[in-house]
Amino acid sequence: MQDAFLELIRRASTQLPKDVLDVIDACRAKEAPGSMAQSILGKMLENAELAKAKSVPLCQDTGTLIFYVDYPARMRDAEKKITDAIKKATVAATKKQYLRPNSVDPRTEKNTGNNLGIGHPSLHFHQWDKPHLRARLLLKGGGCENVGIQYKLPDKTLGAGRDFEGVRRCIIDAAVQAQGRGCAPGVLGVCIGADRGYGYVASKEQLFRKLGDTNPNKELAALEARCIKEINQLGIGPMGLGGKTTVFGVKIGTANRLPASYFVTVSYMCWSYRRKQMIIRDKKVRYA
Amino acid sequence: MPKQIKLPVSEAVIRELRAGDEVEITGVMVTARDAAHKYMIEQKPDSLHKVLNGSMIYHCGPVVAKEGETYRFVAAGPTTSIREEPYEADVMGHYKVRAVIGKGGMGPKTLEGCREHGAVYLHAIGGLAAVLADSIKEVVGVHMLEEFGVPEAIWVIRVEKFPAVVTMDSHGTSLHKDILDASTAAQQALNK
Repeated sequence: MQDAFLELIRRASTQLPKDVLDVIDACRAKEAPGSMAQSILGKMLENAELAKAKSVPLCQDTGTLIFYVDYPARMRDAEKKITDAIKKATVAATKKQYLRPNSVDPRTEKNTGNNLGIGHPSLHFHQWDKPHLRARLLLKGGGCENVGIQYKLPDKTLGAGRDFEGVRRCIIDAAVQAQGRGCAPGVLGVCIGADRGYGYVASKEQLFRKLGDTNPNKELAALEARCIKEINQLGIGPMGLGGKTTVFGVKIGTANRLPASYFVTVSYMCWSYRRKQMIIRDKKVRYA
Repeated sequence: MPKQIKLPVSEAVIRELRAGDEVEITGVMVTARDAAHKYMIEQKPDSLHKVLNGSMIYHCGPVVAKEGETYRFVAAGPTTSIREEPYEADVMGHYKVRAVIGKGGMGPKTLEGCREHGAVYLHAIGGLAAVLADSIKEVVGVHMLEEFGVPEAIWVIRVEKFPAVVTMDSHGTSLHKDILDASTAAQQALNK
């Protein structure tokens, strides 16, 4: 299982998913011919090709390793075994330069050198009724993590009340605040509701959705479409240097809230959208 | 065609650059990010004067391979520059650095520093780690590796035709400020 996780990390760090490559290519075609925006999107594709061919990280900030693991009920000591495999795979991936040593202990300011430490990697376990194991991995860099933001409605400055119009204002504002600093064009994962902590967990889980999918909830689907359209009218563009493509997507989920609280949590994923999934079924490993 | 810049570079050459110009840089430069900037300002180490004078600082925390006694950059795109805003103008002045390279742009203090000291801010494409590592030909040396760790260490590197765009020049123009202003106005129109 350790080798399977090592390969999951390698693929996540060195290969962009096909849906992301397709969207970058489509957006490049829409930018003005000869513009800086078009040139930047082209170089992104070039980088993806080179990283895959050389099996080197797409981005030097290999990010926080965020795992969402679903495991079958019949698997004994599942969390212990999987945690152990993930930690060993993380150390091995760091030695092979699929990952940068990226974990700093704030008490000593020392980099642990192997990507292990309190909260690293970030693990989310869930037992499910299916017979197979599913591990989803997001490598989320610090630049885009730093522009994530949580709003508390009502928000007077934005004129945002406790409804979807208020939520829309928050999402647009998150894109304006981020400018190019999250490595635009990004994807916004959003959670409406929840407490502060779960809001971020759930907003990141939205980032596992494919770019071309449609939200099963009609109102949320409409809100996603409107936010994408409006954010791409802001003119921020690739890397914040101007253009028509500021986001590739907006993915919105909800969680129930307290009567007293109304949080809108936005996680920004950079264009170097490193997500990979692994399924282990009858000891066979499949990546997607 | 991008303008070719050879390091070390003179103030006069840098003063000719305007926001929007594309450049390619060849020569020896230095990586520095958060811990390094704090170190450069609080301790002002003399050991860095020679390499920084007329050179450039690259905001980068690379993935590095060690092969025998030599190092090689495997992945090396820019990191977010704004975190160095409190330090950068003073670093430019103290060490006579002619440009900083990063992503996302910097603020008014750095823009004023560029004007005063004759320096520019160069934007490299964030996340372009494999492509940019290809233009980094050699690791010439490293400072503070043990103390700061690989991403934060001060790496001295030789680059060839390293691509970037001038987004803040020495005449007070910042493309980042222009786009922030325009996008904020667009946001207000959407919320009417």
